[in-house]
Amino acid sequence: MTTKSKALLLILAIATLVIGLLLPQWMSYLFTIAMGKGLVVLGVVLLMRAGLVSFGQGLYYCVGAYVAGVLTQFVEVTDVLVILMVSVIVSVAIAAIIGLLLCRYREIFFAMFSLAFSMILYGLLVRNQVLGSTDGFNVASPSLLGWSPGPGNSSDMVLVVAVILVFTLAILAWRYLNSLSGYGGEAVRENEIRVEYLGGSVFKIIYVKYIIAAGLAGMGGTVTALVSGHVDPEMAYWTTSGEFVFIALMGGTSHVAAPIVGSVLFESLRTYAFAVAPYTWQMILGIALLAIILFLPSGLWSLVDRFRKSLDDRFKNKKSRDTA
Amino acid sequence: MKQFLAILVDGSVYASWLFIISAGLTLIFGVMRILNMSHGSFYALGAYSGAAMVGWYFTTGAVPWLSFFVLIGAALVVGVFVGLLVERGLLRFMYGRDEVVMILVTYAVLLIMEDAIKLIFGVEPYFAFQPYMLMGRSSFIGLSFANYDFLLIGVSILIGLSLWYGLNRTRNGKLLRVVIHDREIAGALGINVSKIFTITFLIGSGIGALAGALTAPALSVVPGIGVQVIVLAFAVVVIGGLGSITGALVGALIVGMARATAVHIYPELELFVIYAVMGLVLAFRPQGLFAIANARKI
Repeated sequence: MTTKSKALLLILAIATLVIGLLLPQWMSYLFTIAMGKGLVVLGVVLLMRAGLVSFGQGLYYCVGAYVAGVLTQFVEVTDVLVILMVSVIVSVAIAAIIGLLLCRYREIFFAMFSLAFSMILYGLLVRNQVLGSTDGFNVASPSLLGWSPGPGNSSDMVLVVAVILVFTLAILAWRYLNSLSGYGGEAVRENEIRVEYLGGSVFKIIYVKYIIAAGLAGMGGTVTALVSGHVDPEMAYWTTSGEFVFIALMGGTSHVAAPIVGSVLFESLRTYAFAVAPYTWQMILGIALLAIILFLPSGLWSLVDRFRKSLDDRFKNKKSRDTA
Repeated sequence: MKQFLAILVDGSVYASWLFIISAGLTLIFGVMRILNMSHGSFYALGAYSGAAMVGWYFTTGAVPWLSFFVLIGAALVVGVFVGLLVERGLLRFMYGRDEVVMILVTYAVLLIMEDAIKLIFGVEPYFAFQPYMLMGRSSFIGLSFANYDFLLIGVSILIGLSLWYGLNRTRNGKLLRVVIHDREIAGALGINVSKIFTITFLIGSGIGALAGALTAPALSVVPGIGVQVIVLAFAVVVIGGLGSITGALVGALIVGMARATAVHIYPELELFVIYAVMGLVLAFRPQGLFAIANARKI
């Protein structure tokens, strides 16, 4: 990562933090939810770069959320860092098993089977009385390293933790994408046979990506659960996963900041649309999705890329004119 | 024994319902290579238009028995019309794109249709219980069954047979199978592939809407039924093998029986068991039970 983009990310992080803390309660809530979803979408984007569309990230999103719920309510562990760690461990453990089966599939099959696995969890949770069946249950307010701000004030704490987490992980994801294993994803998308000829293991590349994506989704779910104070099985329903795919497509896959910007945009739009047009929100989403597929297949971030390129071109033209 | 019979009957009813839904989905995939996520919305559309028309029909005080034709007719007309709209208005511009992109496109159609249904029919539940009551109930060895459910089994057998006949014993069916086998060669041989696509999509969405209409009398029609149904249909076609009608039939029977067993013995596992069966089948036969063999193209 260039120093310039690092600085850009850092500025973005600080800006998000300051804005988030200064904004009224409901908007900083929205911000934190967007951070949580941004983490999940980051995982979706990792898979998308390998040509895989997961319609089942809701599985790990829900697992992360329920881990937060169970730990705070039933085990009475409230420390944010401990909860995050446990939810990553649980998500990764589940992904390590499911991944063995799932990573054999590509394209629509990968999409559908990931969807099916998230529906298994949904089916189990809906019928589980202890975990509140369809209603879910409440999550107690969290603490950080022995400091507990108490209910009502913990949302700012979660926001700070979430923003730091998101930007740290975004930088790590960037580094990963520039590693051999990270580039492997694009190679797999382009031509699997060649990857195998070159001595790479296609299965391993995809498996690692799947597990990373699961860990990210688990953390995203935990953040969402802690800030909203409630979990329900709807988080594992396939439409939730569809939303993540939508955000990933909308943001684009060419930069790690795209999913984060995308989910902030998405959450803001949704809050607005829910208030103005509750029955046409999905329709707007659908039309937007079609428009993106048709006119902006690389997502909104491609506009940023295009803008940058045109700046560069202009600079170069000027230079060549000057030398001529 | 009693429980066994109950499971058998409930399972068959559920299986025939699943088969009607999945037949359209698997047909569209087999011919067009499009995994139609909006299939559930056609189901919902059929349920809504059928229920609304039947509700209206009974206020006119006409012959009650004819309400079955109103139910089915309304769903078919609406399903085929909207299918035409979607295929001609949108999908045909997308042919030749990646299968994954087509999933996303049909997902967009699903989102749009879900809200369109809410805008047209409102969010209040619709009831069309009259045809269901009309058929009455019958009982053997102490178990009571709704006769309407047997009608459902009959209709699904009818649909299965006509699909089989249409595909295997008619000229158009033969052309369709050529397209399934190899789209490019079919085009080179002078078959109008785009026309076949349109017809297939219309048949598929028509059957989807029909499935919705047939379910409408047995439950209340509420927003979101389409979204619930599509994942079940996915499970069925995946077990049977995408694109295979026989596969859809076997998949529907397996899922139907598994669910009925779970409901009667251990209801907590009702949804779980469907996907567990699916996972089990896939662990041993990744392409499903009856997948059409694909020649590898270089």
